[in-house]
Amino acid sequence: MTRRRIRGAVALPALGVLGAVLFWGLSGLPPFGNYHGIYGFLINHRALPQRHTTNAVTATVFDYRGFDTMGEEFILFAAVTGVVLLLRKTGEEGEDEPPEEEVRSDALRLFGMFAVAGGALVALWLIAYGLVTPGGGFQGGVALASAFALLFLAAGYGPWARRAKDAALDPLESLGASGYVIIGLAALISGLPFLTNLLGPGKPGTLWSGGSLSFINWAVAMEVAAANVILYKDFLEQYIAPLARGRG
Amino acid sequence: MNFLAYGVAGWICLVGFYGAIVSKNLIHLALCLTVIQSSTYILLLSIGYEKHGGAPIFKGVKLGTTAVDPVVQSLTLTDIVISVTVIALILALALDAHKKAGTIDPDQLADFHG
Repeated sequence: MTRRRIRGAVALPALGVLGAVLFWGLSGLPPFGNYHGIYGFLINHRALPQRHTTNAVTATVFDYRGFDTMGEEFILFAAVTGVVLLLRKTGEEGEDEPPEEEVRSDALRLFGMFAVAGGALVALWLIAYGLVTPGGGFQGGVALASAFALLFLAAGYGPWARRAKDAALDPLESLGASGYVIIGLAALISGLPFLTNLLGPGKPGTLWSGGSLSFINWAVAMEVAAANVILYKDFLEQYIAPLARGRG
Repeated sequence: MNFLAYGVAGWICLVGFYGAIVSKNLIHLALCLTVIQSSTYILLLSIGYEKHGGAPIFKGVKLGTTAVDPVVQSLTLTDIVISVTVIALILALALDAHKKAGTIDPDQLADFHG
C-alpha cells in the first residue's frame, strides 16, 4: 500500500466526522434568504447618508472595515515579496537573454491591441467608479493587470519584457501599499483617529464621492495591479528561460 | 431548498480536503486549497443573501430598498484577490522544490534531504 492510499484510508473517517459536525452546524443557520444581519442592514441604510458612497460594498471595504483591509493589503504585499524572493535568479542559472521573437500574425496583433486597450479602459472605469457602481480598487486592479498580461499573448515576450520592468513596478507597488498607510497617518497627524475621512464626503453618485476613500481606492488599485504584473513577470521568466536555453 | 447553498459549501469544503490529503502533486495540492477556499465564498455569500434583495448598490435605487448583506461581500472580495497571490506564493514554492529535488510529489519530497 502506498503512503497515499494509507492517507486516504485514514482521512475518510476523519472527514466523515468533520462533515457530520460541519453539516450539523450549517443546519443551525437561518434558512437561505432569511438572515437579517444587523451590520449589513445598518451599512445599507447609513453608507449613503454618512459617506456619500452609493456602493455599500466598497464603503465597507475601505471605510467601515478599512483597518482590516489595510492588513489584508499587506498579506498581498508579503505574498508577492515571497514570490519575488523565491523566483529570483540565482548565480548558477545565469542571465539568459530573453528571446526576442515577436508575434507575427497581424490578425492576432490587431485583436490583441483592442483587447489590451479595451481591457485597460474597463479596468480604469471599474477603479474610478468603485465607490459609485460595482467595482473598486481590488477588482479593477486585477482587471488592469490582466489587460497588461494580454500584451504578452498578443505581442510576444520581447515587447512584454521591455515594458514590465522592476524599476517601474516596484515603486508603484510600494507606493500603493504605503499610500493606504499614509492616508491613515495623515488623519492621525491632524489629531483625528487613524483613517478618518479628511477630505469630506463629496457628492454622492459622482467621481468625487467618498473623499479620502477614493484615494485609498486608487492606492489599492495601484498596489493590486502592480503586484499582479510582478507575479506574471516572474512566472513568465521561469517559463521562458528554459525555452531560451533550449534554443541557444 | 432552504439549506441547499450551505450544503454545497460544506460539500465543496470536504471534497477539497480529501483532494489535498491524497494529493501526489504540489500544484494539484494548491488547486485543492483554492477549492476549499471557494467553499467559504459560497458560504459567506449565501448567508448574506436576503430574499428578493438586490445588490447593495444604491445608485439609481431608492435608499432602503431590500439589498443583500454588503459585509460578507466585502470579505469575499478581498479574500479572492488575496487568495490569488497566496496561491502564487505556493506555486513558487512548488517550483523551487522542483528545482532542488526534481519532484513535486509530496511523498517523494518527504524523503528528500538537501
